[in-house]
Amino acid sequence: MGLLVDIQKKLPGFTLDIKFETGMDTLGLLGASGSGKSMTLRCIAGIDKPDQGRIVLNGRTLFDSQKGINLPCQKRKLGYLFQNYALFPNMTVEENIGFGIGDKKRADRLAIIKEQVKMIKLEGLEKRYPNQLSGGQQQRVALARALAIEPEALLLDEPFSALDDYLRSHMVKQLSETLADYRGVTLFVTHNMNEVYSICHKLVVLALGKIEAQGGTVEVFRSPPSLVAAQLTGCKNFSRAKYISPFDLQALDWGINLKTRSEIPQHIKWVGIRAHTIEMSLEEKEGNEFQCWLNSASETPSRMTVYLDLETETGGKGNHQIQWEITKQMWSELKNKSQPWKLRINPEALIVV
Amino acid sequence: MLTLPLVLPPTVVGFLLLLMFGKNGPLGKLLMAIGMTVIFSWPATVIAAAVVAFPLMYRTVRSAFEQIDQNIINAARTLGVSEWKIFWKITIPLSWPGVAAGTILAFARALGDFGATLMIGGNIPGKTLTIPAAIFFAAEGGEMRKALIWVMLIFVISLIVMTLMNYWTDYQSKMITSNGRK
Repeated sequence: MGLLVDIQKKLPGFTLDIKFETGMDTLGLLGASGSGKSMTLRCIAGIDKPDQGRIVLNGRTLFDSQKGINLPCQKRKLGYLFQNYALFPNMTVEENIGFGIGDKKRADRLAIIKEQVKMIKLEGLEKRYPNQLSGGQQQRVALARALAIEPEALLLDEPFSALDDYLRSHMVKQLSETLADYRGVTLFVTHNMNEVYSICHKLVVLALGKIEAQGGTVEVFRSPPSLVAAQLTGCKNFSRAKYISPFDLQALDWGINLKTRSEIPQHIKWVGIRAHTIEMSLEEKEGNEFQCWLNSASETPSRMTVYLDLETETGGKGNHQIQWEITKQMWSELKNKSQPWKLRINPEALIVV
Repeated sequence: MLTLPLVLPPTVVGFLLLLMFGKNGPLGKLLMAIGMTVIFSWPATVIAAAVVAFPLMYRTVRSAFEQIDQNIINAARTLGVSEWKIFWKITIPLSWPGVAAGTILAFARALGDFGATLMIGGNIPGKTLTIPAAIFFAAEGGEMRKALIWVMLIFVISLIVMTLMNYWTDYQSKMITSNGRK
């Protein structure tokens, strides 16, 4: 049971060429815009047609270029949540939800609509039209409409991109709960690494139509297998790297030597460090210490981003070499300390590719 | 090709229709075989009006269809709804202002046609004489009072059409903001 996707399709600028298999867990497709992730969903749903390949859902072939099989959208039995929700503007909430189950008996249909409306907590708004609902409510209606047909798979295309921050965090939680109850394959497409991390157990990272990383979400985030995968999972600092010994490398752009916890291969090219994993060095001789000067700092509502120079003090001129994210409390303690500051990179947090 | 009658002079359209529906024309022969003559009968005026008005209907309705967010149609497809039902329950309701506008425009164009109608319908009073033709021949014959009555009638009809068009424009601008269009 599960979904097998192995398709190729020529797109303007690049060729989509992906292969993955997933079971009943929620699988995230993470990629920058224009990486082919939405096209992948559209091919699975039958909205677009791959040039060649195979799509099999729960043993049912939806598409097979060799056997000449290409089931129409209508026969695939997939729930698709569109980025802009694509609700039918000329129908009320209950008509939207009931539209896909028109062939059922009236009593059954009404029961399903009632159950779905209850699930999305929109009781009392059944007679409203989509333009009379808020963005979050519209999204819930779209989800209920997709689930009403009891789809074998649920395809979510950037479901949170049209919501503001407050609503987004609220809806992420709600969607996770809904997905936990849903029995079927779920694909979740997004460019937002936070959403993918909190919703998906498994992950496929896409860039320019190719799979850059694949596996458990936590593992991919901990040790992304390529530079692009590391960037897409939010790593901000990179340096060219040279192999010294199985547990030592030289970060060429930063001019420092670093120790790693796990053994590194000889052909390493890059070393990366996530912006929040750099620590203040408290004791001497901990290893992986480096000294740095403040280049500049920028404030976000909740945190500080500090840009650092490693080799020489530039006083804000020139490009910073490392980006460091800290709490505001740390910043207020740090900013009065004399420079250069002594910082430390935890060997476990190093990303080597 | 379908919008050709919009850019061709009406008399040219009429001439081409005459060639097609005439005694030696392909459609004329076909109709003759089942005992029908179209030329200079009232169906000829209907055909002329329909042909000159068709492009307006076609273009307006088509652009209304194209303005519908394609994802809405795709969403209906993923729900397993047949193309037929999608057309009647979604495409038509969402583009009905466009369909209405096309109908009004086409009606106005058909009502006012002179050249094409005259070419294949002629001007037989009580049979194929349309209002524009009647105005022309009344004025030509010096019967100004008679022509004026027809002119007034056209005026009234045109005013009604204009009012309907304005109403539609208002309605459409409301639809654009609220109705899932691009």
